[in-house]
Amino acid sequence: MYDLSQLERQLAEFTSSLFDEGFLDDQFNQLKQLQDESNPEFVVEVVNLFFEDAERLLNELAKTLAQDNIDFKRVDAHVHQLKGSSSSIGAQRVQKVCIAFRNYCEEQNVEGCLKILQEIKQECSLVKSKFETLFKMEQQVACRRLS
Amino acid sequence: MESCNCIDPQMAADDLLVKYQYMSDFFIALAYFSIPLELIYFVKKSAVFPYRWVLVQFGAFIVLCGATHLINLWTFRIHSRTVAIVMTTAKVLTAVVSCATALMLVHIIPDLLSVKTRELFLKNKAAELDREMGLIRTQEETGRHVRMLTHEIRSTLDRHTILKTTLIELGRTLALEECALWMPTRTGLELQLSYTLRQQNPVGFTVPIHLPVINQVFSSNRAVKISHNCPVARLRPYAGKYMPGAVVAVRVPLLHLSNFQIYDWPEVSTRNYALMVLMLPSDSARQWHVHELELVEVVADQVAVALSHAAILEESMRARDQLMEQNVALDLARREAETAIRARNDFLAVMNHEMRTPMHAVIALSSLLQETDLTAEQRLMVETILKSSNLLATLINDVLDLSRLEDGSLQLEEATFNLHSLFREVLNLIKPVASVKKLSLTSHLASDLPTYAIGDEKRLMQTILNVVGNAVKFSKEGCISVTAFIAKPESFRDPRIPDFLPVPSDSHFYLRVQVKDSGSGINPQDIPKLFSKFAQNQSLATRNPAGSGLGLAICRRFVNLMEGHIWIESEGIGKGCTATFIVKLGIPDRSNELKLPFVPKVPGNHVHGRTNFAGLKVLVMDDNGVSRTVTKGLLMHLGCDVTTASSSEECLRVVSLEHEVVFMDVCTGLDGYELAVRIHEKLTKHQDRPLIVALTGNTKRVTKETCMRVGMDGLILKPISVDKMRGVLSELLERRVLFETV
Repeated sequence: MYDLSQLERQLAEFTSSLFDEGFLDDQFNQLKQLQDESNPEFVVEVVNLFFEDAERLLNELAKTLAQDNIDFKRVDAHVHQLKGSSSSIGAQRVQKVCIAFRNYCEEQNVEGCLKILQEIKQECSLVKSKFETLFKMEQQVACRRLS
Repeated sequence: MESCNCIDPQMAADDLLVKYQYMSDFFIALAYFSIPLELIYFVKKSAVFPYRWVLVQFGAFIVLCGATHLINLWTFRIHSRTVAIVMTTAKVLTAVVSCATALMLVHIIPDLLSVKTRELFLKNKAAELDREMGLIRTQEETGRHVRMLTHEIRSTLDRHTILKTTLIELGRTLALEECALWMPTRTGLELQLSYTLRQQNPVGFTVPIHLPVINQVFSSNRAVKISHNCPVARLRPYAGKYMPGAVVAVRVPLLHLSNFQIYDWPEVSTRNYALMVLMLPSDSARQWHVHELELVEVVADQVAVALSHAAILEESMRARDQLMEQNVALDLARREAETAIRARNDFLAVMNHEMRTPMHAVIALSSLLQETDLTAEQRLMVETILKSSNLLATLINDVLDLSRLEDGSLQLEEATFNLHSLFREVLNLIKPVASVKKLSLTSHLASDLPTYAIGDEKRLMQTILNVVGNAVKFSKEGCISVTAFIAKPESFRDPRIPDFLPVPSDSHFYLRVQVKDSGSGINPQDIPKLFSKFAQNQSLATRNPAGSGLGLAICRRFVNLMEGHIWIESEGIGKGCTATFIVKLGIPDRSNELKLPFVPKVPGNHVHGRTNFAGLKVLVMDDNGVSRTVTKGLLMHLGCDVTTASSSEECLRVVSLEHEVVFMDVCTGLDGYELAVRIHEKLTKHQDRPLIVALTGNTKRVTKETCMRVGMDGLILKPISVDKMRGVLSELLERRVLFETV
């Protein structure tokens, strides 16, 4: 088993890699700042909330885009929501894809929308796994600290 | 007729004798009968007579004697036997009673005599008591006199009145012929006659103080009888016939405030005495009685106290008068000074304008002239004119500045400025001059030096320029280095600047700038003069006509105004010198530093905005769950009491006057605007409706105009960091409006 300093170093490396690769941006730091003794699980809660929201939105998007008469306004609204959520937690790559999505919506480019929907799904699951890893490492460090 | 034993009657020649006997017996009987009557009468009259029984006895004896003699009258002729028996009975009774009385008297008479002696004794006692009574009364009188005298003396605080009253009252009480007071002179070697009772204006007799009789009087606190021949007693021409009155002298201590130590009685050593001389009337047989002497002593003591009080009062009145005079003088001086300052200020104000106008004209026109075509000679002349006039303008400015600085009427400005760029500018200004003189100029700014600071940029630049300019001016070769860093509190304990005790605080920092040159150096003894006005370093004066000598003085004033300190060190001539100054600058708030456009440029006050939002009731309306949670977390982190609403309807339902701010996400388009309008309708009748602020990440659709039109109080762009939210809230609560420019 690793000792505390090693674990911490690993965590720091991983976190900075997330930033470097563009998965997270400064907004995530802001979120971290909001976590304090009165709200110890704030980040985890918000991130979980995001993924729930994202799943719902993506399902909705899929449904909407599967229709014959696509209501682009509705699509745009959903994407807008997703964009907002992702920017709130600092999921930069997701946000970027959302912006691209919105462009396609404006153009009413169905194919583009479908393609980019896949991309969003991919990004979401990617960032989700990253978050999971991050939280696990944080938990390990916390446990080590307590022991 | 029975025969009796009586002698036969004599012949007729014995008739005369018998007649005389007869008469005598009669009178004897009469007297004998009247005596008891008298006795009874007088005893009845007097209430006290202890021996009534004796009286009765005595009365009986006398009555019987009288009866006997009465009965005797009958025995001169022939008388019957009855008479004889009666006679005999009477005689027997008389004998018995008289013997009893005689025996009784033997017993009684000593008693009576002792009564007499007792009476005598009592009379003597009464006489004695009378005498004593007289004495006590006299003493009582005396005591009363003393009290009255004391009261008289103490009722005034005027020294002369005290003394005069003393003499008068004493004279009256003791019925003196003369009473005089001798006071010590200023030199202390003589006694001068100061006051007398009878003479109105005593001539200034003096008597040397070291006479034995005077020493005798001074050495004891009793009144001492002195001879009437001694110099102090010879007060008036001898007018009596037989004998001058007895004279007594007593010392009167003259007390000073310094005599009274706390917890100590006055020390005997440092004493000044006056001498009071009292003379009884001549030709009277009066002598000084003990109680009179005591009275004199008591009075002398009281006089001493009263005099000291009077002296203290005089002293304090004098001091007060002096103070008043000084006050008046000071007041006058102050007013004069004020007038002078006003006059100077007026003069300066006028001169300022009057001097600057022509200066401007000269400088402006000379520079214009420079632009035209000129011969080399003319150009040289114009350049000289320009240089001189610039110098003159600087001089004028310096003088005016300095006078304003001295007044204290100069106030530093406070604005946020870029510290780094200030240094760059200074260096840029100096570099050309330095390079002309072939001096190398290096600068080093510490890494922790903040980019922005709050202070008076112009004057700080003036100071740095002056210091660096001096370094350049007085160096002929070598290098000049400028370093700037934040001064740590530890470094403040500088033995060179013992008076400088800066207080570190969170909103300020101390900038320390050091300018080292390798120039001609300064003699350490001359260093203090550097900062005085117009004092030039003599050795350099000839070499450097430029500069009025005011520069450093002005710098010091500026530095002092900035709550700092400036000083110069040099190891000597030729060893260069180092000028250092520390000034206090404010630290701007981070939001200022970022130069975010949403904050209107308020100089310096931003750091004092509200940073504690505990309990601030806020309503967040956002239909995006994640955003909502994040915004809520943000506000809660700042301590607000957050309510959330996920739709317009919910928001309308929940909003109330309790909420101070409503954050509304308007990314969804027109919904938000309508919500704002509806909130307005709901709550606008009340004074303190919540502030409505729009949050949006959308920079295109939402504009400031539309927000204002629907009655929103603010517009903020997402994403919002904690610090930004803090600044936003504080700005909002202060100004009630906040529109970020999109």
